[in-house]
Formats: sequence, C-alpha cells, structure tokens
Amino acid sequence: MRWFWIDRFEEFDKGRRATAIKNVTLSEEHLHDHFPGFAVMPASLIVEGLAQTGGILLGSVNDFAHAVILAKVPKMTFSSWATPGDTLRYTAELTEARDEGGMVSVRAMVGERLVAEGEIVFAHVDSQAAGGQSIDQKNFVFSLGLLGIMDVGKAGSGQAG
Amino acid sequence: MPSRDEIFEKVRETLVDALGVDDDEVTPEATLNGDLGAESIDFLDIVFRLEKNFSVKIPRGELFPENFDAADTSLVANGVVTDAGLAELRNRMPHADIDKFAADPKVENIQELFTVNMIVNFMEKKLAA
Repeated sequence: MRWFWIDRFEEFDKGRRATAIKNVTLSEEHLHDHFPGFAVMPASLIVEGLAQTGGILLGSVNDFAHAVILAKVPKMTFSSWATPGDTLRYTAELTEARDEGGMVSVRAMVGERLVAEGEIVFAHVDSQAAGGQSIDQKNFVFSLGLLGIMDVGKAGSGQAG
Repeated sequence: MPSRDEIFEKVRETLVDALGVDDDEVTPEATLNGDLGAESIDFLDIVFRLEKNFSVKIPRGELFPENFDAADTSLVANGVVTDAGLAELRNRMPHADIDKFAADPKVENIQELFTVNMIVNFMEKKLAA
C-alpha cells in the first residue's frame, strides 16, 4: 500500500495555494471497520491528506530541496464527515515559508459542506542531520512517488498540465 | 511603538494560540517548557505567529538560539555552563535574564531562560529597532 492520501491536484499555485482531491471509496479497506455499518473517512487520514497537500505546496517553494515533515497540528476542527462516494476537496494556503519550515491553513470540503479546517506546521529536516534512512518514510508528506501526482493533475489555469 | 503591556498582551495571545494554554497561565515569569508545556517544534510555531502578529521578521536563531554546543568544553564543563559559556549566552540572548541563570548555571537550567518575559523583552527591542 502506498501512503498517498490525495488522488490529484486540481490547482497548484506555487508558493501560494494548492487544491487536491481525494475520492472516498468503499473499496478502501480501512473503511470496512471504520465503522461497521457506518463507513466514514477517518479524521486522521483527512489530516494526512491535508498535510500532503500543504506539504507539497511548501516543498515546491524551494523546489523540493528540503525534506518536509509534518511537525505539528496546532488547530483542527471537524464539522462533518465524508463517506464513500464523496469527493473531499483539500485546500491549503501557505501562511509561512522559511528556512526552518512553514505553516499552512487548510480546509476540507465535500461540495459546499465544510468537513474540517485548521492549521498545520511543517519542519524542514536535513535528511543527513536526521540520521538519513532512520526517518519513517510515512512521515514525509511528499516523496518522489507523490510528486508524480502533480503530473496528472491540472495547472492553476485549469488546463491539463 | 506599543507599550510593554500591549506587547505582553499580544505575546500572550500568540502563546495561547500556539500552545493551547489558558490566558491566565501566561504570566511574565512562566517558563515556556516547564510551565506552558512547549516542545521544540512549538518554538517554530511561536516564531511564525510572532512574525505575523507583530508584522516583523525574526531571523532564524535570533529569539531562540540554536546550536549552543553543550559538548564544547569551553562552554560547558561537568554539566555546568562556564564563564565563557555565560558570556556566549549573554551575547546571543541579550533579551534573556542571564544574571538569574548564572546563580545556578546547570545545563538543564538553560531552558528556564525561555520565559514569557524573555519574549516580551525581545519584541520590545525588535519593535524599537
């Protein structure tokens, strides 16, 4: 299983804002038990999808020269949920980007319905300083594989990129 | 130029947002680590919010110095910060109460330098500059 919690970027305005979508489907194994009889996208995985959207947005500022890791979720409020068949739309706006890391404000919507909103802080980690391979790759909000998602997405103009 | 009280109020709001603490916990003497439960990554968050709330730029390491090398025997010997180490701290952290720390300069007490007052001192100097 690949740790990809976004399916495609719909908008990518480098250094400012990105929108990605996540289609929720009943074939996702975690939904079978979460919860029995009431399949609902786990809030933690919504946060992960928001972090991947925001982390790639931050990473793009320095052309992915830094390893970006999710450091802190200072604030996250859940207003509703997403069930199979829903398309979650994750929007991240860059509020801070500097040498040590950055911050995004994020929002998850299904149609016009607010699902979650909050803030996410990322740290830049020099992979050598962090012990090279010792970092759990799942912690990285982007990887070479994830970057491929942008290839099949659409540029900010809405045209296929 | 805002007054010291106004700066304190803004710092208080910043710490309430960054650390999820209550207003009344943020007293001038409160230590960030010990009293307010801040962890290392929170310092980055605090710097982000201070920059935004005060509309200033805070270069890396200016408010919260990095790389004070406890393994450097000229700065730290036997778990105690040396005179040279104290001079280094004074140089890097003119906004901190080094005199108080110097009374018991154990390495583990360094984090007690990080108080709410220290941030207010820093912002006061920054805004006056």
